[in-house]
Amino acid sequence: MKLKTLMAVTASAAALMTSAAMADTTLNALFMSQAAYSEDNIKSMTASFEAANPGTKVDLEFVPYEALHDKIIAASGAGDDGYDVVLFDVIWPAEFAERGFLTDVSDRVAADLTSKIFDGAWTTVEYDGKRYGMPWILDTKYLYYNTEILANAGIETPPETWAEVLEQAKVIKDKGLVEYPLVWSWSQSEAMICDFTTLTAAHGGSFFDDGKPAFETGGAKAALDYMKTSLGDGLTNPSSLEYFEEDVRRVFSAGDAAFAMNWTYMNSLVNDPNESKVAGKVGVMSAPGVDGVSEASAVNGSMGLGIPSNSPHADQAWAFINHLTNQSTQEEFANLSLPIWKASYSQSAVTDGQEDLVAAADKSIAVMYPRPLVASYTEVSSILQKHLHGSLLDQTTSEEALANAAKRVARIR
Amino acid sequence: MSAISRSREKWVLLFPAILVLSLITVLPFLQTVWTSFTDAEITAREQQVNWIGLENYIWALTDPDFLEALGRTMYFTVVSVGLEGVLGIAVALLLNQKFRGRWFLRVIIILPWAVPTIVNAVAWRLIYHPDYGALNSLLLQLGFIDSYTSWLGDPDRALNMVILADVWKNFPLVAYIALAAMQTIPGDLLKAAAIEGAGAWKRFHSITLPWIIGPMLVVLILRTIEAFRVFDIIYVMTRGGPSDGTKTASFYVYQEYFSYLRSGSGASYAVVVAGISAVLILAYYAGIRRDQRGA
Repeated sequence: MKLKTLMAVTASAAALMTSAAMADTTLNALFMSQAAYSEDNIKSMTASFEAANPGTKVDLEFVPYEALHDKIIAASGAGDDGYDVVLFDVIWPAEFAERGFLTDVSDRVAADLTSKIFDGAWTTVEYDGKRYGMPWILDTKYLYYNTEILANAGIETPPETWAEVLEQAKVIKDKGLVEYPLVWSWSQSEAMICDFTTLTAAHGGSFFDDGKPAFETGGAKAALDYMKTSLGDGLTNPSSLEYFEEDVRRVFSAGDAAFAMNWTYMNSLVNDPNESKVAGKVGVMSAPGVDGVSEASAVNGSMGLGIPSNSPHADQAWAFINHLTNQSTQEEFANLSLPIWKASYSQSAVTDGQEDLVAAADKSIAVMYPRPLVASYTEVSSILQKHLHGSLLDQTTSEEALANAAKRVARIR
Repeated sequence: MSAISRSREKWVLLFPAILVLSLITVLPFLQTVWTSFTDAEITAREQQVNWIGLENYIWALTDPDFLEALGRTMYFTVVSVGLEGVLGIAVALLLNQKFRGRWFLRVIIILPWAVPTIVNAVAWRLIYHPDYGALNSLLLQLGFIDSYTSWLGDPDRALNMVILADVWKNFPLVAYIALAAMQTIPGDLLKAAAIEGAGAWKRFHSITLPWIIGPMLVVLILRTIEAFRVFDIIYVMTRGGPSDGTKTASFYVYQEYFSYLRSGSGASYAVVVAGISAVLILAYYAGIRRDQRGA
């Protein structure tokens, strides 16, 4: 009797579980926990997706940007237990596509989207004429300045060239307004390469020419010299060599810097009185150019959402990606990350309260410069990181550093 | 029981352990060795894996950055294990004295070792922080420095600062083993030596140290193996920077695998690291055997 009851209970429990499993799909999604959309943003976007799609649940995982690439690779061998949606950086599609880590979604993207989304955003997900996801975070680094410090220094207009940035910084330092007017994220990391790329673009340089390193001379060398000069003259905060983006935000928010380079997300956070002592005293503009070479400079720091090739739920994953990237979702959460949609930039939901950011974006998006689009990018970047960092630490001259890096890049297998 | 059946009994009893060890250690190791002779890569596509002989090893051993990392790892191992040994024995000597509150000290001294490496690394990164780190604030208030210093930002200093964090975490283990060994020293022996006129140093050198050397060698072997493959504390504290100043050999293994996706080459780096560890272990064993013969 007892045994029968037990069996009946077990059987019905098993039946329940099976039907639950049939009805529900759980998507595993991987995001990063810094810059761009906040974790709270992504959680509420996900909640509205789940509400509209009963039967699909999304498990979110957040990791630091520095762990994102290796996490995606490590999960590629996990079969059905890997991720269904991953956030990936503009520098990885070449590698991920060549090795088959991401699903080719060219056929899933509606044809009319091509012209509605910025070209710079599309390059984030494209490789060899195919699309490996949807662009999501259209981002570049802007120059932020403290309007109060500039006013106290008697500076009426923010700098129009990188040379002027140093001149104004010198005035500010000489007047004793802050000890180090400039702050950057120059730790040995991708964050430093982004600033280096911006400066290289401003000075008209390039990374590769015909597959061969071209960064030993010209604009790239000028960029490194600029970085070294700003450190040597005591204008750049020397702790920048240990900083990531969040450190830059903290120093700038404390009023300890007059100029800072950072992504879109910093604009709303430095203007939030709960997060910042300089709220309301912040200007944001496109990174400037170099006299006679460029008007403005920017690095393409966009990111996209893709479906790993081992995902067993590609259709549901694509629905989730569409929900995150669609125009209305992006306009609702436009204060930490600007939309990929051209039409959004005339919507008051996006522009209200951040007119100067949108104006800067307009200028920057047009000149966004890519980091090298090669399958071995990760290795190229870590070689550059080592040698640039060594040179910024005054261990080598800029010539030596770039020549050593080029030699090492030529040795990549 | 005859010698043969006793020997068979030993093998039968050892069999389960040997089986489990083979499955979780020996087989993966053999697979790693095999992979290290191929051009295997991490990819989701079909790949033709080719046998390329010693090419990966030649590549690894002619990679100036990797050789530098090996030297750096050796430095890390020697300095951190050396400091842990000296500090561990010194603290054990202290804890072996009779004083009020000894039990309390004996309990809390294990705390750094009980904390997970990642937590320890994050804590030390905050202590060393250039802007609001406790170390800067302490040294400034004591007058040792004039302005805040970037402890992990200077390539010549960063590795030593990481070593300090590692020593802090691991010396309690050495201290505990040393203390346990010291407690087995018959009190009469030390008393007699004292009566005979042996000073503190003489008693330590001629009685305590020889008595605890066996257990100390065991714990130092364990620490050496761990220190030589150090990865987690560095990954969290510096990620190998500044300018590769703290990039150890294990970091290169990780980088070859997960960042550059060359599993064949990564395996050869791993085998080189394992091989050097094996040499270190053999050297210790030789030390222990000599010690046992001497005793």
